[in-house]
Amino acid sequence: MLQFMLLFSRQGKLRLQKWYTAYQDKMKKKITRELVTTILTRKPKMCAFLEYKELKVVYKRYASLYFCCAVEETDNELMCLEVIHRYVELLDKYFGSVCELDIIFNFEKAYFILDEFLLAGEIQETSKKQVLKAIAAQDLLQEEETPQGFFEDHGLG
Amino acid sequence: MALRKVRNNIDRIFDKSLTDLIRGIRNNKDNEAKYIAACIDEIKHELRQDSTVVKTNAIEKLSYLQMMGYDISWASFNIIEVMASTKYTEKRIGYLTASQCFHDETDVLMLTTNMMRKDLSSTNMYDAGVALGGLACFDLSSTNMYDAGVALGGLACFVTTDLARDLANDVVTLLSSSRPYIRKRAVLLLYKIFLKYPESLRPTFPRLKEKLEDPDPGVQSAAVNVICELARKNPKNYLSLAPVFFKLMTTSSNNWMLIKIIKLFGALVPLEPRLGKKLLEPLTNLINSTSAMSLLYECINTVIAVLISVSAGTPGDHTASIQLCVQKLGVLIEDSDQNLKYLGLLAMGKILQTHPKAVQAHKDIVLACLDDKDESIRIRALDLLYGMVSKKNIMEIVRKLMSHVDGAEGSNYRDELLSRIIQICSHNNYQYITNFEWYVSVLVELTKVEGTKHGAMIAEQVQDVTVRVQSIRHFAVSQMALLIENAHLLLAGSAQHRSNVSEVLLAAAWICGEYSEHVQNVQSVLESMLKAKVSMMPGHIQSTFVQNIAKLYAVQLSQSEQEDDWDAVESLDNLMLSKLPQFEQTDNLEGQERACTLLEMVREIEKLHAQREKIAADVTALFEGELNPVAAKAQRKVPLPPGLDLDTWINEPPAESSSSESEEEPERKNGPTVRSEFAGFGAPRPFGEEAETKKKYEQPSPDEMKKMRAQRQADIESNPYYVKGDAKATAKRPTKLASRKDSDEKAVEATPLDLQSPLEIPGVVGLNKYMEQQESTLSWKKAKKEKRKKKGKKGRVSSSDDEDLPVVHQVNRADGEMPEGAKSTDDEEEGTKKKNGTGDPYKALDMDLDQPLREDERLPVAQHRVASLDLGHPAGLKSKADKKTKKSKTPKAPKAPKEEKPKKSKKSAKEVVDEPPPPPPPAPTAEPQDDMDFWLSASSAPAPPAAAEEKVSKKKSRSPEKEKKPKKSEKHHGKESKRKQRHSSTRSGEELVENAPHHLAVHDKNEYEVASGVCTPSKQTNGAVEGSATPKKEVSTPTNLPPMTSYHLLAENAFVRMTYETRVSTADANQVASAVIFANVGANEIRQIEFNVLDSLNTKMLRDPAAPQGALKVPFNLPQGVSNEHVFRFAVEAINVPQKLRGTLTFLVETENGSVPEKIDFHLKFPCVSFTVPATIGSDAFSELISSGELEASSSLQFATTDSLNDVVRNLCFHGHFT
Repeated sequence: MLQFMLLFSRQGKLRLQKWYTAYQDKMKKKITRELVTTILTRKPKMCAFLEYKELKVVYKRYASLYFCCAVEETDNELMCLEVIHRYVELLDKYFGSVCELDIIFNFEKAYFILDEFLLAGEIQETSKKQVLKAIAAQDLLQEEETPQGFFEDHGLG
Repeated sequence: MALRKVRNNIDRIFDKSLTDLIRGIRNNKDNEAKYIAACIDEIKHELRQDSTVVKTNAIEKLSYLQMMGYDISWASFNIIEVMASTKYTEKRIGYLTASQCFHDETDVLMLTTNMMRKDLSSTNMYDAGVALGGLACFDLSSTNMYDAGVALGGLACFVTTDLARDLANDVVTLLSSSRPYIRKRAVLLLYKIFLKYPESLRPTFPRLKEKLEDPDPGVQSAAVNVICELARKNPKNYLSLAPVFFKLMTTSSNNWMLIKIIKLFGALVPLEPRLGKKLLEPLTNLINSTSAMSLLYECINTVIAVLISVSAGTPGDHTASIQLCVQKLGVLIEDSDQNLKYLGLLAMGKILQTHPKAVQAHKDIVLACLDDKDESIRIRALDLLYGMVSKKNIMEIVRKLMSHVDGAEGSNYRDELLSRIIQICSHNNYQYITNFEWYVSVLVELTKVEGTKHGAMIAEQVQDVTVRVQSIRHFAVSQMALLIENAHLLLAGSAQHRSNVSEVLLAAAWICGEYSEHVQNVQSVLESMLKAKVSMMPGHIQSTFVQNIAKLYAVQLSQSEQEDDWDAVESLDNLMLSKLPQFEQTDNLEGQERACTLLEMVREIEKLHAQREKIAADVTALFEGELNPVAAKAQRKVPLPPGLDLDTWINEPPAESSSSESEEEPERKNGPTVRSEFAGFGAPRPFGEEAETKKKYEQPSPDEMKKMRAQRQADIESNPYYVKGDAKATAKRPTKLASRKDSDEKAVEATPLDLQSPLEIPGVVGLNKYMEQQESTLSWKKAKKEKRKKKGKKGRVSSSDDEDLPVVHQVNRADGEMPEGAKSTDDEEEGTKKKNGTGDPYKALDMDLDQPLREDERLPVAQHRVASLDLGHPAGLKSKADKKTKKSKTPKAPKAPKEEKPKKSKKSAKEVVDEPPPPPPPAPTAEPQDDMDFWLSASSAPAPPAAAEEKVSKKKSRSPEKEKKPKKSEKHHGKESKRKQRHSSTRSGEELVENAPHHLAVHDKNEYEVASGVCTPSKQTNGAVEGSATPKKEVSTPTNLPPMTSYHLLAENAFVRMTYETRVSTADANQVASAVIFANVGANEIRQIEFNVLDSLNTKMLRDPAAPQGALKVPFNLPQGVSNEHVFRFAVEAINVPQKLRGTLTFLVETENGSVPEKIDFHLKFPCVSFTVPATIGSDAFSELISSGELEASSSLQFATTDSLNDVVRNLCFHGHFT
């Protein structure tokens, strides 16, 4: 089971975090800080796995962003890498060649996509098509609401 | 009014959107904190407004700030407001923020329960989806499917025990949603709910299992994920699912799911080696065919698990599989992808544990990985090294590692290397080391490593080797003497480095002192020790120094006295007297004490010397004797000999033995505390291998002491672990000294080199030099004869006397001496460790999923909170359950029939007869287990479909055979009475299940007799075949009723009534459990219930190992009107023979006149039919089978019937629980 997923930039700025097990805020910050520093100091030629406490950390860098996941000791690291890759593919499909700025300014979308792909630390849907379909359907739902809501709320309806 | 509205709207246009906020933060990099503080103020203002749009916007911004590390817990309530919005957009943001910042201690969570429930049942599918997402972070979902989805997602993040309990039922309802999207999310969420609310697992599990066959692949894989997670924590409960997963594995092509399934098998395999054998072939196929590395890796891992489990159990040739794995891993390791390399090494390490030879073939690639740039890969490779090492290559490998030590940047890795070198060398008591001089050189070399943390480890090794390998002592002592003489170099570095590496000095001092007969120049070593920079050394080392100074002093003294060199004696005494006082200043109490004692002794000795008295013999007597390695636990393990009273005087005080010894005794005790194991050397051993130990302890007169010594000497001689070695070794000190002189002559000084590094000590044979010497043995030998001296340096090294010392040193490899009768406690300790293991959240999920559900096990239904309260007390409180069934008026569909039963059973007898007979599932525990056996025993499946067929056919042939047997056994008893009893027992069994024991138990017996329709499944078989009186009624049985338990009457009298049910243990196929319910039907309390049966050859009751024959005590008393259940286990040899055990129950009845012993006899029956197994063949197939004549056995019973063949067959199918 995935324990958490972090996205951070080369400067060490957190771009996204998703925790699948309950940690106290302090702990979350500590883990984030430690992992970010460790991973940023690793050289590109090094392998993508770390042992961190009782977890295994798997990370991968895409352009300026690091994707970092923690899994349990008995989990399959390569599958975790594939999870990361699949998520990047999904982001890429959704935003159309995704870049860091997309994720900064649409971070909620990035979360929504992640939530459709993973749930409770497990892969929810292995088909890219299905995930994107679900996201599109929900976006449509929002769009249908918005104009109406907008005019109503603004006293113009 | 309108104006204000317009103004508000204009204000709002100037509100910051999320994008504005992000831009703002990016533009204010210099004073970010200030900017954000201002933004938070704005947000607070926005949150106070009525409009949900504004609030949502504010919350969205907060979620961004939360990610940046700002605390937004103050806005929890506002988040919930937004979650409760009717608009999907807002709800989605609300749930997102909640899932990000809520945790299980957020107090407002309790407010969300109802909202979530609403969302979960929403008509918008995404509502539900979002709710599920939330729950998944907590845990739930709406009619808009995404409403529910969102709620589920939220739940996944913030499930608390309360939420889990309250919403479990809603989530389970969603499992049957028509939309795969919702089902999928609900399935995944279940895992979170199980974790928080373990009681929900058993009632829900059947539903979850169904989802394995869901038509939607997403749902299917979600179910696989969840069961895989569950099973990895508590594998044994999921063994029965193996066939289902096996089928999935061989049919699915979804790699994600395959990985999970294979991982699941990896967890199951250690429990069931047969499963492993079955898996090998499909896994091998996958390994050969797949192109996905992750799948390949998972397969290899599981194959390794299989190999481990198989190798532990049955023998068999699996070389092919091992070869395949190792070969594939070799490919991974050689791959240019660092990740694969790393994982390859990791997996290789697992194979190493069981099949070291297979791995050794890849020695070269593994060694090559030591040069990798990536530290984690190097460390993985180091892990493997100890498996690669052999006697032949250890020198080469260690040399390589040593060169890495030099080159390593970062002290962590260097230390890691250092400890690995030592581990490799000391592995299995120096198994691979043939040349200990080499090893000592390695250790000496390692002391030069700067900033190492492992000084103590090196010290320990040097000591250990020197103690264990007698023939190395000479060499070791010479090296250590050099270390001592150059202590100032070791103590040069920083304070921290000093404290670590100075541990080596401790070992050096101890070795020089203890084996002082090997020291070449005692005088010089003694001087160096006395002149050491005391202030730079830690106290405990100073303390060791003092002790060993004393030893050296003794040696030097005896030498000088022998030569009658009174000048030397005097100067020696003076040296001691002048230098010792500095040790009295040490901060180590032990050291102070020793220094003072020694100083006083020297003063006394000096006085004697002044009168020209020779005292050396007495002084050396202090340190006589030989030290052996003693097991670490030996002292604790010394058994107290029987008859030994530690409080009585051993000898009456005046009759003390030789005065000198007793005086010295205390001194010795705190003597060489270098390592606790060595304490008490020289003294009579505290434990004996001799049988007479006891006597000796009782009266050890001086004579006997002598005898003991002699005896011990004899022991040493006969002890295979004791290194006898050459004459040098066993000889006492004086002889050793003599022989030392011989070797002295041969000894040569090494060529001292100039200082290369600050830690380079001239004369110390480092590894490189040692190797050089080895390589040029010839010139070396010549050099010896020349006895060169260079630059007047003291550094004299006795080289390896190649002629004297065998290359293969003899090593005392025993674990160390242990007292007689002491057992190794490794296992115990492991056991306790496991027990002490910290609270594991998954422990709670360890429950038997095959057991039929109890009445009280169900998910709490939201509307009836009162009922759910009972869930706190799962089993015991049966009386409450009755009320509960009445209260919960909205039970879920499948449970409905069960709940109606209590009422029905109270109806008049005739009505009962008309009732459709209750559901089949008899002893469901038995089924999966047997099912597994069939599945597994199906000779290692050729192709999966074929395996399935085979499975079916096997069952076909076996089941009828089984059916027959009970019938025969029935004939022995009077049929009439038998049937009566059967009816009554089933009847009463039902009552107990319904948890209304006492009132009903007193009812008229006649009532039970008529309840013929209510047969338990096991009996139904007989009923149908024997009587066939009521076939029609029974045919009409509904098939999908929930499981129920079936209790038979065991015995009954005026006081107690026993009913029992037979369950086949899931843990062990050869065990049967009989759950007996004891009901107190009398008016008095019953105490001290003891249950005993006469074992038959085939069936034995499993008793307390302490009392293998006696009766089993039932661990409870029965107050009036109370019933309780206890499970007795039986080991059964053959399940195809019906069993009948005679037994007795004894107990005390508490009356006003005191307690009266009572007893009751009974017969415990285990009919074969309780072991029968359901097979998945249709009734048509069954009838075909019967008519085909292929059966091994056929029924010998005949009866007239008017029913058609089909009806009869259907009857048989039903009653034998073959659906």
